[in-house]
Amino acid sequence: MTTVTWTADEIMTVTAARSLRDRMACFVGIGLPSTAANVARRTHAPGLWMIYESGTLGAVPDHLPLSIGDGILAETADTVVSVPEVFNYWLQPGRIDVGFLGAAQIDRYANINTTVIGDYDAPKVRLPGAGGAPEIAASCREVVVIMRQSTRAFVERVDFVTSVGHGAGPGDRERLGLTGAGPMRVITDLGVMEPHPETRELVLTGVHPGVDVAAVRAATGWDLAVSEDLALTPEPTTEELAVLRELTGSA
Amino acid sequence: MIVPLDEAVRELVHDGDTVALEGFTHLIPVAAGHEIIRQGRRGLTLVRMTPDIVYDQLIGAGCAAKLVFSWGGNPGVGSLHRFRDAVTSSWPVPLEIEEHSHAGMANRYVAGASGLPFAVLRGYSGTDLVAHNPHIKSITCPFTGQELAAVPALNPDVTIVHAQRADTDGNVQLWGITGIQKEAALAAERVLVTVEEVVDTLDPVPGQVILPARVVTAVSPVPGGAAPSYAHGYYERDNDAYKAWDAIGRDRAAFTAWLEELAGEAPRTRPQPAGRAL
Repeated sequence: MTTVTWTADEIMTVTAARSLRDRMACFVGIGLPSTAANVARRTHAPGLWMIYESGTLGAVPDHLPLSIGDGILAETADTVVSVPEVFNYWLQPGRIDVGFLGAAQIDRYANINTTVIGDYDAPKVRLPGAGGAPEIAASCREVVVIMRQSTRAFVERVDFVTSVGHGAGPGDRERLGLTGAGPMRVITDLGVMEPHPETRELVLTGVHPGVDVAAVRAATGWDLAVSEDLALTPEPTTEELAVLRELTGSA
Repeated sequence: MIVPLDEAVRELVHDGDTVALEGFTHLIPVAAGHEIIRQGRRGLTLVRMTPDIVYDQLIGAGCAAKLVFSWGGNPGVGSLHRFRDAVTSSWPVPLEIEEHSHAGMANRYVAGASGLPFAVLRGYSGTDLVAHNPHIKSITCPFTGQELAAVPALNPDVTIVHAQRADTDGNVQLWGITGIQKEAALAAERVLVTVEEVVDTLDPVPGQVILPARVVTAVSPVPGGAAPSYAHGYYERDNDAYKAWDAIGRDRAAFTAWLEELAGEAPRTRPQPAGRAL
């Protein structure tokens, strides 16, 4: 057996891809989520139904799109609908199984910030803003977040709640009338976090091979709880890596 | 009806207007945006769901006093640095912002097109957008008692879109990703459409959107007018141009040089090829 080497970004993307099951309807954000969804569709989930917010339903791109509205998405989709239709007829009624999001900041309750770093009226960094994320986080049956882990990104409280995760804890999503379950997995270059069933606080439930729990805790801006039943992420397979590298052009 | 772009912009876009140049990655009316810069419009309220590099250029040129939007970025590349500079340093002029989610903006246009004062949606609940935007309120459903979000209708003074074709009567045809263009056009007081070509008759295309001539104020033939975005069936997205913008947008001096070069270019009144042809 040969030893396959892989990078932290590669195991993050492959682990995220494995969170998607075949035939799921998946609302795909651009960047890491799009890469992971396209890996899933080319490996274990050929029937994954990818929706991009530009209105392309069931897109099967033969290469990674740079934007959510690339021509390849429209050319390969089952149908192309208007933007109001995507949000009102598909997302809002709960027809989408999983929303796949990235974030600039995330907090202990998996609330997401893509708006500003610092104060809203005098921001240190102005980020692109909400896009489709607030309603994706609200209305998809569940949400998977993929992002690189650091104390800058994993903070006690996000500077701005662009999209609600688990609010301030148990009962908040129900109180706010959010119909989906919210972020059920946060996948990083170091490991996997999931909300505690009772406290709704993110708990480290898995680490990637070669990553120490201490390193994950050191890259987190709060006192990250660790599951007693900590999993070790299976290494990316040769097939997964080949598909990923072909997509990203780093073969 | 069919008028050169410089004339159409001169007649339809005035200082202080609320202007929406819509396009969701595809068919972005870039040439029209450049003509607004060239004519030196000021104090505009610019509206768009996804302001990208042409809005970065309009903001950097000092055309805008306010931006109403839901996602401002260079798709697949990163941030808009002229937009950032205006928000954080008021350069070259202060920029007021009003931000929404995509679902909120889409429904604002739908209400505007429908002649309704506001739209209702399941959205915004629990987000900090609510506290920073007086145009997001909640409303109780009179039938079920559910709490929902309410956002006001969006009715631009002028909406500008780019389409593949128009006929000589001014009926407009677009296809591929058609985004929010129909709603943005029907919500507006005046509508300017730049097109790849004017033809005698519009042959039907699957998935097409037709804007009947009666809702279109002016059509300007501008081949390549959506580049560096793309026009489905005509040319592809020039991804390299989006990547190249990053370096120009980051630097005030590089941007100023870009602006001077644009000012020196002739208005786009005659067909010129642009983008990467299919």
